[in-house]
Amino acid sequence: MSAQNSIIKVENLKRTFVVGSEEVHALKGVSFEICQGEFVSIMGSSGSGKSTLLNILGCLDQPTSGEYLIDGISVRERTKNELSDIRNRKIGFVFQSYNLLPRTSALENVELPLVYNPDVSHRERREKAQHALELVGLKDRMEHMPNQLSGGQQQRVAIARALVNDPVIVLADEATGNLDTRTSYEIMSLFQNLHEQGKTIAFVTHESDIAVFTSRTIFLRDGHILRDESVATKSAAEALAALPKENDY
Amino acid sequence: MDILNLIRISAKALMRNKTRTALSMLGIVIGIAAVIAVVNLGEGLKQSTANQLSDMGTNLIMVMRANQRRGGVSMGSSNVQSLKVHDCELIAKNAKNVTLVSPVVNSGGQLVNGSKNWSGTVYGGSPDYLEIRKYEIATGVNFTDDDVKKYAKVGLIGQTIVENLFDDGEDPIGKIIRVGNMPFKVIGTLKEKGQNSMGMDQDDLVVMPYSTVQKRMLGQDFIQQIVCSAASENVAEAAVEEIESILRASHKIPEGGDDDFEVRTQQEMLEMMSSMTGMITTVLVAIALISLLVGCIGIMNIMYVTVTERTKEIGLRMSIGAKNSAILMQFLTESIILSLIGGVIGLLLGLLLSYVVSLFMSLPYVVNVMWMVIAFVSCAVLGLISGFFPALKASRTDPINALRYE
Repeated sequence: MSAQNSIIKVENLKRTFVVGSEEVHALKGVSFEICQGEFVSIMGSSGSGKSTLLNILGCLDQPTSGEYLIDGISVRERTKNELSDIRNRKIGFVFQSYNLLPRTSALENVELPLVYNPDVSHRERREKAQHALELVGLKDRMEHMPNQLSGGQQQRVAIARALVNDPVIVLADEATGNLDTRTSYEIMSLFQNLHEQGKTIAFVTHESDIAVFTSRTIFLRDGHILRDESVATKSAAEALAALPKENDY
Repeated sequence: MDILNLIRISAKALMRNKTRTALSMLGIVIGIAAVIAVVNLGEGLKQSTANQLSDMGTNLIMVMRANQRRGGVSMGSSNVQSLKVHDCELIAKNAKNVTLVSPVVNSGGQLVNGSKNWSGTVYGGSPDYLEIRKYEIATGVNFTDDDVKKYAKVGLIGQTIVENLFDDGEDPIGKIIRVGNMPFKVIGTLKEKGQNSMGMDQDDLVVMPYSTVQKRMLGQDFIQQIVCSAASENVAEAAVEEIESILRASHKIPEGGDDDFEVRTQQEMLEMMSSMTGMITTVLVAIALISLLVGCIGIMNIMYVTVTERTKEIGLRMSIGAKNSAILMQFLTESIILSLIGGVIGLLLGLLLSYVVSLFMSLPYVVNVMWMVIAFVSCAVLGLISGFFPALKASRTDPINALRYE
């Protein structure tokens, strides 16, 4: 792990919320590093601090103390606008509930992050969005509206949207939480494909049977890292094939 | 983020909910339509009054008897006998800016033709009277100076009288009819002029030589009015001054004394009338502006609802890199587009409405361009104002909470 390909580096990260007169310590000093090309899952039960961590990693929130570097850039003492730019250029988000714009075609949904990047021309935007949709296997669904797509397909659109700005890391927040087992495996298989193509992915989940598809798992409990271990990756494609046929629809 | 992109994003957001967009536009549409329609109709009314006033005569100047005091007693203008035919002759001779002069004496009476009768007004004037008052002869001829000298019992009658005293198709020319006890010969009929702005029928009249009315009907030596035509509109003021000085000299009014007559030009009457219609228009525009204001409050209302409803969308946009300013601008642009499109539709609707109404009321159709510009600009400004606070609220959304908003 050389310093050059370190994508995310957090050091003694703390986050304290003030609720009424009480202080809630959501993160109590977390340190780890994610390198280029890694597929990491961040696990923990609710209240473990994983959402808080994800918000900080996603530059939506600032740590109370500690250092956070993304792609070598420190996010401490950045203005809101600078954080917006970091989110726009360096991070791809995938949410549990897809968060696609309604009544907007898949293609236009995918284009959305590039709309906020003045360096990308209208034409480039379209090309990149088409490419991203091809990457997630929705080449023939580009003009479909979200309500014409299945849950799995909607999540694929959301993944394409996360990829379109060529981020240094894709942050997925319970990305399979709203999907059935089969579709979850399909999505994980897609993530594994992207990982093979060199994408760096951080996957937040509380389901251990989803975490097994990643190559490294960080366990959080009560604001601390409980375990950080590299595991043998299970192939999602194989798991998919092993599912009983009657699950087909 | 460039402006074109911004407009595209906002337009798409508006297109996504067409019903809501249309409904929130409605207020602005009605408001602007009302303003434009009222302004245009007011303008049409003004124009129509002006047209009718100019129909009254050619660069008309009217000299009327004025209230006179004799030994401290106010006489009331109808008792004043200050205007004489002699005054007309003096004006005709000495006022360079006056081309036509006619005395006016009027009398009413029952007009009788055989078994038919009609109550009409008789105007006595010089042969120039018709031209000054813009009456045209339909059939027959005008009376002459000779008729004036002879107190000839001849007259021209308006269309209303033709209709009421004669059968359809009957030629009135050469017929002898009576006014009161005096028989007279109809030597001509006048072309129809319609109603004036006061709603008076301008075709219900008999025109005779003034001397006939004065001596044979009324038995008086004074006249009620003098009507003149100025050489042109530009010299109307100069003509008024000439007439005033001629009459003051003729009536031997000392320096500083009150005139026993009053001179009015068509222009002054026009101004009087237009100040009246202007007042009415102002009141109506004020009412229309209130409806525009209500429309704006409607937009603000909808924008607030929209912002709340789209909390998740705002959160998503922020999470993928939209700056607070971009969100602010998006919602502002949405509200401006909303009000501008509403404004354009309202403008067209207002033009259509005022066109239809002026067609029904037979008013001239006048488009006030200045107010169209005002309406359009105020639409943009109102859109900006009514969209500002909702947009500000949107831009202050916390993306973390917004993404979890259900």
